Amino acid sequence: MEKEILVKAENLKKWFPVSAGFFNTLISRKQLYVRAVDGVSFEIRRGEIFGLAGESGSGKTTTGRMLLRLIEPTSGKIILDNQDITKIPENKLKPFRKRIQIVFQDPYESLNPRMRIFDILAEPMQIQGSHKESEIKARVKKVLEDVQLVPPEEYMDRFPHELSGGQRQRVATARALVLDPEFIVADEPVSMLDVSIRAEVLNLMVDLVKKYQVSFLYITHDLALARHICDRVGVMYLGKIMELGSVDDVIINPMHPYTQALIAAVPLPDPTSRRIEVVIKGEIPSPINPPSGCRFHTRCPKYIGDICRTSEPRLIDVGKGQLVACHLYK
Amino acid sequence: MAILEVDNLRAYFKTMRGDVKAVDGVSFEVQKGEAMGLAGESGCGKTTTALSVLKILPSNGRIVEGKIIFNNVDIAKYSEDEMREKIRWKGISLVFQGAMNAMNPVLKVGDQIVEAIQLHELDVERKDAQERARKLLEIVGVNPTRIDSYPHEFSGGMRQRAMIAMALASNPEIVIADEPGTALDVIVAAQVLKLLKELKEKLNLAMILITHDLSIIAEICEKTAIMYAGRIAEYGDVVAIFKEPLHPYTQGLIGAFPNIKDKQRIRMRSIPGSPPNLLDPPTGCRFHPRCEYAMDICKKEEPKLVQVGKAHSVSCHLVNRKKEE
Repeated sequence: MEKEILVKAENLKKWFPVSAGFFNTLISRKQLYVRAVDGVSFEIRRGEIFGLAGESGSGKTTTGRMLLRLIEPTSGKIILDNQDITKIPENKLKPFRKRIQIVFQDPYESLNPRMRIFDILAEPMQIQGSHKESEIKARVKKVLEDVQLVPPEEYMDRFPHELSGGQRQRVATARALVLDPEFIVADEPVSMLDVSIRAEVLNLMVDLVKKYQVSFLYITHDLALARHICDRVGVMYLGKIMELGSVDDVIINPMHPYTQALIAAVPLPDPTSRRIEVVIKGEIPSPINPPSGCRFHTRCPKYIGDICRTSEPRLIDVGKGQLVACHLYK
Repeated sequence: MAILEVDNLRAYFKTMRGDVKAVDGVSFEVQKGEAMGLAGESGCGKTTTALSVLKILPSNGRIVEGKIIFNNVDIAKYSEDEMREKIRWKGISLVFQGAMNAMNPVLKVGDQIVEAIQLHELDVERKDAQERARKLLEIVGVNPTRIDSYPHEFSGGMRQRAMIAMALASNPEIVIADEPGTALDVIVAAQVLKLLKELKEKLNLAMILITHDLSIIAEICEKTAIMYAGRIAEYGDVVAIFKEPLHPYTQGLIGAFPNIKDKQRIRMRSIPGSPPNLLDPPTGCRFHPRCEYAMDICKKEEPKLVQVGKAHSVSCHLVNRKKEE
């Protein structure tokens, strides 16, 4: 049985204005924009781990932050639990904020160095109000146990600098969990950690979101990790989703030339099957003036003609819910 | 014949709280035309090893002990002038970590390459050096007309290529590349790795590749040394080590890199705990506080690097014990 949809992005766009400089504003009135996210739609079900993958500059972080209303979308809709939260004014957002939480990339910067772990974890409850002192204490203990910082008493009075990177990221995870949210966005949560502890932190996060049936948006550039922890995945390029579907379909059997190239470029930890393949040249173009038609056409190894240059492909279902935006598939 | 042989190298950093033993008894050798991967987590001493080989440690660091034999000469004894005139760039060169920040932002890319050439080869005219810079850019796949561009006009991948061009400026025999793919996007990183692999084959270069990413080593190296807390845990042929990793640390590290091609989803493995403080490293085997097989002897006695296969050595008491039985 399919679970109900919790979070829905509908044609989300974010265009950041580019400051042109004094002289340019005198000679031209045209405002330029960085089209960081340019029409992205997807759904995340309850308890599902959804991966958003792409190179830097593809718009994955901006998308994640828009879903939390940390960045205001230029247009499009964000639906949380059948309710449009796109236009709710900031001062009425508080009840929604406790349902949606975030784990940032760098635990060395996301924890206030002057606050004790207890205060870091208690603050969200104090802001949301209506929690008794004893209630807060019990809850902080519980989440510390959940993230395996045990015994909790030993960690509550410490400062972030007394913890290792992995422990800090556990605290950040605990802070995201403390209000019992329904949706958590994790933006590259392990990329700053040492390799040997990445798996441990990631496994813990996955166990917890499964245990509490939290929907989880995992933003990453590491497709090998995404393959092993996500249920479904969306691949972004220059502000657009190129391919979307279950991990088994998208990563094992990619249909979009971009996804294929991306996966071919991932080095394999197996010296008997060396194969670094680089099927595409160059680097990601500027999002200020993205290529016309299909954004990938300038680098695409399977360019089929003018249609790629002139018309923008829509995401179409190539079977079993695997969506691909490419003119090869009709 | 080994072109570079490092024997029992120790390099320490002086700090207010005592010596940080960043590299503490490291030995390996690199043959002509061979690529060796130096792998390990941050702080394991892999970059310090590279800087020691070129004798460019920061001012609080020093080589305490060990031999660095390059073409049959121990360069650990060389003076600063001898290093500059004979070794650096002509013999051994380095692609610095973080191509984004390793270049001078106010100098044209071409001029930086010219500078590298003229600094190490005093008799080269500027015009000839410029001509060589153009050729070098072409070799690494950057259009030579970009010689007068500034680093900020280059993309990340082009900057990394320019850094590689700079390392090749004086025809070195060994190139050390420090985290060449890190901070680059997947596709661009693959382009750079492919370039390194092609250059190695075309120019018959020896290469030392420093990385925390074992997949990169699996893709391009023939040999690897896995470092942990300033020592070598396992050393030898890449295929042998990936096929049968014997050190528990190597096993853990390989388990932390899932294969994107796996048909089934697997649960990633991790190594409990975190790397030790090198001001006061653990006694005996430095990995014992994190090792699930730790025995009494591991706490007391430091394991030696013992050969277990044709080209495969491990420093672990567990392996020694099995061998004895």
